[in-house]
Amino acid sequence: MIKPKDFGARVTTPTARRTVLRTALVLAFAAAGVRPGLAEDAKAKVTIDNFTFAPAKLTISAGTTVTWDNHDDIPHSVVEKNKLFRSKALDTDESYSFTFTSAGTYDYFCGLHPHMVGKIIVKP
Amino acid sequence: MADDRMEDGRPKIDRRGALECMIWAGTGVLWTIAGGVPTSLGLVGEAFAADPKGFTFLQISDSHVGFEKPANPNALGTLKEAIAKVKAMSARPSFMIHTGDITHLSKPAEFDNAEQVISDAKLQVHYVPGEHDIIDEERGKAYLERYGKGSKGTGWYSFDDGGVHFIGLVNVVDLKGGGLGNLGADQLAWLEDDLKGKSDSTPVVVFAHIPLWIVYPQWGWGTEDGMRALTLLKRFGSVTVLNGHIHQLIQKVEGNVTFHTAMSTAFPQPAPGSAPSPGPMLVPAEKLRSVLGLSSVTVKQGQKPLAIVDTTLAG
Ligand SMILES: [Cu+2]
Repeated sequence: MIKPKDFGARVTTPTARRTVLRTALVLAFAAAGVRPGLAEDAKAKVTIDNFTFAPAKLTISAGTTVTWDNHDDIPHSVVEKNKLFRSKALDTDESYSFTFTSAGTYDYFCGLHPHMVGKIIVKP
Repeated sequence: MADDRMEDGRPKIDRRGALECMIWAGTGVLWTIAGGVPTSLGLVGEAFAADPKGFTFLQISDSHVGFEKPANPNALGTLKEAIAKVKAMSARPSFMIHTGDITHLSKPAEFDNAEQVISDAKLQVHYVPGEHDIIDEERGKAYLERYGKGSKGTGWYSFDDGGVHFIGLVNVVDLKGGGLGNLGADQLAWLEDDLKGKSDSTPVVVFAHIPLWIVYPQWGWGTEDGMRALTLLKRFGSVTVLNGHIHQLIQKVEGNVTFHTAMSTAFPQPAPGSAPSPGPMLVPAEKLRSVLGLSSVTVKQGQKPLAIVDTTLAG
């Protein structure tokens, strides 16, 4: 009998490259004279690790762009319950962004693994 | 066996009585089902030596062509090894069924590579899609164009061979948030209709990607309305349910129904609840082939139970 407990290690993926890119992007926006601090420019992040959206519940203000980053070795997607948005399948280290313009509560899940759920609460 | 432990010390999972005891096998074990109780007859070598006479078909699953992460940097290579095993079989099987996740990302090149390798077995293959096969831009169009000929809806169908009624179901499409695998009302209505006129004594084999019964809902391992399909199958004397998705061997018997999930040919996944997530499990390279494999199913004439032999890629 093979005992699965004999094999412990889970595979994780490096995120350094992406972080560098994001930093470069932020600098580019700054250079272009985009004023930080306004809701229109606000950004928030949800990471996907171990088949889990984190944070599972995220509160933002209207105008915020949320980016989901998939760190798993398996593709996931981000699908809003009422079909407001639906990402393509995100492979490892791929991301998807959506800008929330209206206040409300948005439930979403992974279209491949629907037991994975998350919630975005948008304040006016 | 203690109440909450399996024989080998792993926690026993008992969720609303749905799953009583699961059997993991690393090396191939021949199972025959007699009087509703699965009986192990020995390892694969002995099983093949016994040369079960009858109508035999194969199940392969979760080839994930395109996957190249550390858990298996060459999923196409291990699929080739599985097909080489098929070609080397002394008794030629009648056909293969593939229980989904043919590809990892539904890319045309992945489908092409899978087709090229699998067709080398020179056997007819009956497919059902996994969730990884319908993530092209048009969500399943690529799969249906290649494999959907003669199927209904999102790809379900049935056929008869060797005196057995085979039913391929699709439970990976249009999944609902918070839910599990799903068949949907249209497919269940079709199934009810499909079974009309079939005599209770006809052996039935049902295959689908995600397990039709509830294996482990915390990881989404089950089908929301699978019980409705199983209820429609209740009157049949011999029902065999073949699934994939969970990349490990689990078998159980309930009444006239034998449930079986196959190993992947690409990478193993952890036992339910034994890891933080159901993602690919990294095992030492020299052990990988002992947790990958395929299954052979034999229908013995005049006998109700089908004999299932699971073979790993090792040895
Ligand atoms: Cu997912």
